[in-house]
Amino acid sequence: MQINENGEFRPTIVAFCCNWCSYAGADLAGSSRASYPADVKIIRVPCSCRVNPMFILRAFERGADGVILCGCHPGDCHYSTGNYYARRRMTMLFGMLDYLGIEKERTRVEWVSAAEGAKFSATMNEFVSAVKELGPNRKLRDLRCKN
Amino acid sequence: MQKLRDEIVAKCKALLEDGTVDRVIGWEKGLFDYDCSPATFTKENIDELVYNEYCGSNLSKYLVKESKAEGNVAVLLKPCDTYSLNELLLEHRVKKEKIFVLGIPCGGMKDEKGELLMKCNTCKGNEHKIADEVMDSDLTVPEARDRFELVEKLDGMTPEERFAFWQGELSKCIRCNACRNVCPACTCLKCVFDNHASGIDSKANADSFEEKMFHIIRAFHVAGRCTDCGECSRVCPQGIPLHLFNRKYIKEINELYGEYQAGETEDSRPPLANFTKEDAEPSVIYEKGRD
Repeated sequence: MQINENGEFRPTIVAFCCNWCSYAGADLAGSSRASYPADVKIIRVPCSCRVNPMFILRAFERGADGVILCGCHPGDCHYSTGNYYARRRMTMLFGMLDYLGIEKERTRVEWVSAAEGAKFSATMNEFVSAVKELGPNRKLRDLRCKN
Repeated sequence: MQKLRDEIVAKCKALLEDGTVDRVIGWEKGLFDYDCSPATFTKENIDELVYNEYCGSNLSKYLVKESKAEGNVAVLLKPCDTYSLNELLLEHRVKKEKIFVLGIPCGGMKDEKGELLMKCNTCKGNEHKIADEVMDSDLTVPEARDRFELVEKLDGMTPEERFAFWQGELSKCIRCNACRNVCPACTCLKCVFDNHASGIDSKANADSFEEKMFHIIRAFHVAGRCTDCGECSRVCPQGIPLHLFNRKYIKEINELYGEYQAGETEDSRPPLANFTKEDAEPSVIYEKGRD
């Protein structure tokens, strides 16, 4: 979370992007000059199923206001089936966060292929504005961690 | 109960005498009547074995270590405990050829106050899912209530109410790790919560987030493998209803991926180690409750 000089809230968004599709999609968004907010911090992972639920909780603990996981479209995984497992895992994790009373809008999974630069930028714009509306993440923060 | 206990001891003695097994995992009497702890018995001390209505603990996890030691081992399992053993066999944690499962009947177990244990309120029934031999008895298991009652009640609350509920419950946690140590599904040789580099290993919770992280991850690691044996809540010294986490996952799995009871059979595929192409997208979670 950051508050800029105008007193405006700038969320910190962590985006886990799979190396084969979404990371290349982000590249394409850049090279085709589609803009998305600088609040999005991309972490490249070999596959969406590399993302352990702990990574997501850790990101929140360290001050993220929203976490988004991007992977290949189901059926297009570079490792054939990784994103199918990720899909089940994330569904379970998000259900549990909701059960604990944590805003479910702070977490999301999107499938973005390497050819979807425009979708990548649109998704990020939309997610950042959704998290901005929710305000800073207080429920899942380690209060000792400063920005 | 005393008659049944004598029959069990006689059976164990016979097994030890004819060399089928070298050790028996059962319960021994502690300081108080309600205090029955798991223990290993040999020919010398088999007479100290007890079986009464306070033998609530699930002995299947001890097989992980015992079946790797020298010699064969017999284990006393109640009907609900056999689910955990099936799950351990499925994960190749226990060597089947080295164990002898003596299925023992159960009439519902009690806690130290003499009340029925939480797990017995939602009893899984009288049938041993795996056993080499089952003891006869006229004991009948208690009637089962709907196990998702409380989960549904929580689901019906607003997020703020739920957050307050869990904040209140989880702030009691002293991170004794008893829930992890007793869980028959938690059998990793190296646990993520023992990792020094993680910064969250074996220490008291320093803030409200750490409390939640431990419990979310603990429950996640057994999601789809939890047989709902209720040991976590039974051993919690702070009385946190930990089974509500596990049951939430079970309920969600049943709704999204089809009914699944972990440990029902020896060769099923856990839902989180499985997938179908038509699985629901994670966004079902946001859509829930919006209509």
